[in-house]
Amino acid sequence: MNVRLIVNGRTINVEVTTPLSLLQVLREELGLLGTKDACEQGECGSCSILLNGDLVCSCLVMAADADDLEVTTVEGIGTDGNLHPLQRAFVEHGAVQCGFCTPGFIVAGVHLLDQNPVPTSGEIREALSGNLCRCTGYGGIERAIQSLVEGT
Amino acid sequence: MEIVRPDSVAGVLDALASHPDALVLAGGTDTMVLVNAGALRPEYVISLRHVEDLKAWNARFIGAGVTYARLEESEIAALAELSRTVGSPQIRAAGTLGGNLGTASPAGDALPFLAAVDATIELVSKHGSRTMPWDEFLIGPKQNALEPAEIILGAHLPDDMPWRTAFAKIGVRQAMVISIASVCVTRNEAGETTVALGAVGPTVLRARRAEMMVSAEKDPDEAALDEFQRLVSEESRPITDHRSTAEYRRMAVGVLARRALERCLV
Repeated sequence: MNVRLIVNGRTINVEVTTPLSLLQVLREELGLLGTKDACEQGECGSCSILLNGDLVCSCLVMAADADDLEVTTVEGIGTDGNLHPLQRAFVEHGAVQCGFCTPGFIVAGVHLLDQNPVPTSGEIREALSGNLCRCTGYGGIERAIQSLVEGT
Repeated sequence: MEIVRPDSVAGVLDALASHPDALVLAGGTDTMVLVNAGALRPEYVISLRHVEDLKAWNARFIGAGVTYARLEESEIAALAELSRTVGSPQIRAAGTLGGNLGTASPAGDALPFLAAVDATIELVSKHGSRTMPWDEFLIGPKQNALEPAEIILGAHLPDDMPWRTAFAKIGVRQAMVISIASVCVTRNEAGETTVALGAVGPTVLRARRAEMMVSAEKDPDEAALDEFQRLVSEESRPITDHRSTAEYRRMAVGVLARRALERCLV
């Protein structure tokens, strides 16, 4: 069946014949490799995307069920040479170690700051609680987000 | 594979009548784990994403399609508290109350709340709807009374919701855990107390002896709280599995119940 996705503002039609996840379509069909594939159980957050503005794990969305929905991946947040302020803050605060989890944290962090431009430290941690960093670089990640909070 | 995405309950039931083996897909937080692992290969999927009727929510009724992200805003303390403990922001944006009922895991975080307030569960099929008490719906580990041609409409809450409610759970960390033990306590102005336990039995359980004992105490003292905690532990029916041991669960659920009760007494 044909599935019409609106990915980072572009309308894309893909043919889907199995119950595969939106994560697989983004990576394998559309070549958007920023969204990472790790646990495929909703545990790690590395496949985080925005679906109609909601922060979700793309591994838990059936691609065929995303027909006509708006998808934002990390590629829709910033590009080479045109980084989102949060991506620049990650660079400046050493919030990237191996980098595998970074796109998921960027999407979760951007979603947080959209919803709540002045989060407390507790709210930042809560908003990132669905994302795992195996390098345990949480301090730098939290400081990077904190640096964009007005008045700090 | 074929998918249909009806916008009404009637549309879902029509699709289900013509495809009795269909996979009914709500938030996907349990279902897609099985699909990704290759354990589930549906040929026909009925998505509930666009069924607005299932997203209804008011003081007396929670539609099956209401997400935990929405329930976090509940004015009922225990419901808001349990919703905040479900998974992570990503999971709460997708996971629904109906999913907890459909999966019927003994560790489903919403289930102790539904049990503690004696919620009734409404199921609907082409032949009409039926409503049953929570303990007739949840019949075993991952087993419920849902018939193949039925879907879960939602949960009805009682008119006289208790005055105070509290939820507590324990796991290996605060986020993204499946409960090792969970508890919901309610207490009304007359002191009548209910206690429901999760993840310490084949289904969610009510600790009826502990309820009776503490309901008779107007202002429970330390000795009464000790006895309450002991009875809750005694009434739990935990097993040892990959998440915890029966011994630890038995102890922990008593401690959690006491803490939740103390919050209802303040």
